[in-house]
Amino acid sequence: MADAAITVEGAEKRYGDKKALDGLDLRVARGTVHGVLGPNGAGKTTLVRVLSTLLRPDAGRIEVAGHDVLGQAYEVRLRIGLLGQHAALDEELGGRQNLELFGRLHHLGAKRARARADELLERFDLADTGRKAVRQYSGGMRRRLDLAASLITEPEVLFLDEPTTGLDPRGRAEVWDSVRSLVGGGTTVLLTTQYLEEADQLADRISVVDTGRVIAEGTADELKARIGGDHIDVVLRHAGQLGAAVALLPLTGVTVDADRRLLSAPVTDRMEALSGVVRALQESGIEAEDIALRRPTLDEVFLHLTGDDHRVKEAV
Amino acid sequence: MTAYALTDAWTMTRRELSRWGRQPVQLVVNLVFPVMLLLMFGYLVGGGRGVSGEYRDYLIPGMLALTMAFGLEGTMLAVTQDLNKGVIDRFRSMPMANGAVLVGRSAADMLQSAMALVVLIGVGAALGWRVHGGAAAFLGAVGLLLLFRFAMLWIGIHLALVAGKPEMVQAVQILVWPVGFLSNALALPDTMPGWLGTVVEWNPMSHTATAVRDLFGVPGAESGHVWPAVIWPLALLAVFFPLAVRRFGRLSR
Ligand SMILES: Nc1ncnc2c1ncn2[C@@H]1O[C@H](COP(=O)(O)OP(=O)(O)OP(=O)(O)O)[C@@H](O)[C@H]1O
Ligand SMILES: [Mg+2]
Repeated sequence: MADAAITVEGAEKRYGDKKALDGLDLRVARGTVHGVLGPNGAGKTTLVRVLSTLLRPDAGRIEVAGHDVLGQAYEVRLRIGLLGQHAALDEELGGRQNLELFGRLHHLGAKRARARADELLERFDLADTGRKAVRQYSGGMRRRLDLAASLITEPEVLFLDEPTTGLDPRGRAEVWDSVRSLVGGGTTVLLTTQYLEEADQLADRISVVDTGRVIAEGTADELKARIGGDHIDVVLRHAGQLGAAVALLPLTGVTVDADRRLLSAPVTDRMEALSGVVRALQESGIEAEDIALRRPTLDEVFLHLTGDDHRVKEAV
Repeated sequence: MTAYALTDAWTMTRRELSRWGRQPVQLVVNLVFPVMLLLMFGYLVGGGRGVSGEYRDYLIPGMLALTMAFGLEGTMLAVTQDLNKGVIDRFRSMPMANGAVLVGRSAADMLQSAMALVVLIGVGAALGWRVHGGAAAFLGAVGLLLLFRFAMLWIGIHLALVAGKPEMVQAVQILVWPVGFLSNALALPDTMPGWLGTVVEWNPMSHTATAVRDLFGVPGAESGHVWPAVIWPLALLAVFFPLAVRRFGRLSR
């Protein structure tokens, strides 16, 4: 286990009758990015709060950076950085004042805390707004400052709880870039998200979490492979023919994206499906612009795993 | 960890001072508000007698005690804001001394209250008010006022941790006023209906005000009333300090 930065075995956390964590297991290797993917209320924030010593678990063995979160909370705190779901900043103070404050509380001393604050403001492109009160920051700036605050000591393990929720595409891209640049430095990152694209883009491995439990775990490719089936995409020339195509084509479980004039469906036999579709199109005279076979997207995997389809859940 | 307890407490106190620097108007309002109350009660309620003569000697110690009592709101508001802004989560996830958040809050609030006392006493002096007791008695009175404020402070922290939501601060603000006025700060309990007089005499704030009047040498003040003004705040602290500390620890439940 020496190479694990995070080990979670059978973590449980109850709020009254509600089990926010229900026997959750997780193992994250050092220097990797691990995505925790789950819908609202899955238990992502609860997990992050337990890992960052903010919340005491009811049961389970939980180690972060080689230390127990219950017995050795102080040792854990020395080695982690936390970007919570909501900004954890002093809104009345300026950006620089915030970073200096946190630097001092990390016992860097006045001089190093100041230098570190400048360095981080520069790196996160906040240098000219360092004096402004955080209250006046935009959502993206606030998120970047929050991220900077969680990196004061170059933590061994960094927790990011939905780092881009509520940001516009540009803000999201900025945060993604920052996370990518961190990974090179050997930091272990645990990242929760509701965006499959985000996990796919940033994470080496992904745990899909629902109702406080991991329901699937692996690389993005493994997860896609595990629910098997390839998909076929058919792009039509005329949106008006979508309805007719759904009725005619020899496919089941078809989803339609009208804007892109796109039909998608899972297939079991690739060749049979492809020739069946081509034949049906020729016979009916419906014009297609493109036909492609592909592996499922993480979106499809996700809906599959967390949807009502309990049989599938069981199988995985 | 404990090696840093003092450093961290100082850092957290400085944080509050930086906030004052950021919002000097807020600080000034906090300091001027008690002065406004003093003038209002002196001139309007004091039956046109103004802030002079006997009523003034009676009123100023009462206003000092009332200002300490109203500090409870400020403490509760500040702690509630911290809790709801999530910045406390960052503090708690850092390798800092556990109690520093609360110690910093206490130090800053006590400092602000001491400043409020200085301002109020200064305005009183400017209006011609003089203490009749000695310097030691004067310092003793200030000490009792700050002790009372310290008790209010921990009640404020506890209430913030229990209630947690900004709406609750408003509820407490509405309650603090009648509790503040149900004291002998502004008027003698003798002049009130019997049951009300009893409530007023039991109010811990009344004890502080009475003791301060005694130490200031206000003519006609009840003497030998210092001990209740020491014991009441200490009793409140004995209850609310451990409760607040326990509540703070329970944020991780
Ligand atoms: N303080 C609390 N008191 C009671 N129930 C809670 C508390 N915090 C979380 N829960 C419940 O625990 C479950 C897990 O919540 P959690 O916040 O961990 O989910 P999440 O995956 O982070 O959701 P989201 O994507 O909305 O942030 C939810 O059902 C939630 O209602
Ligand atoms: Mg969450």
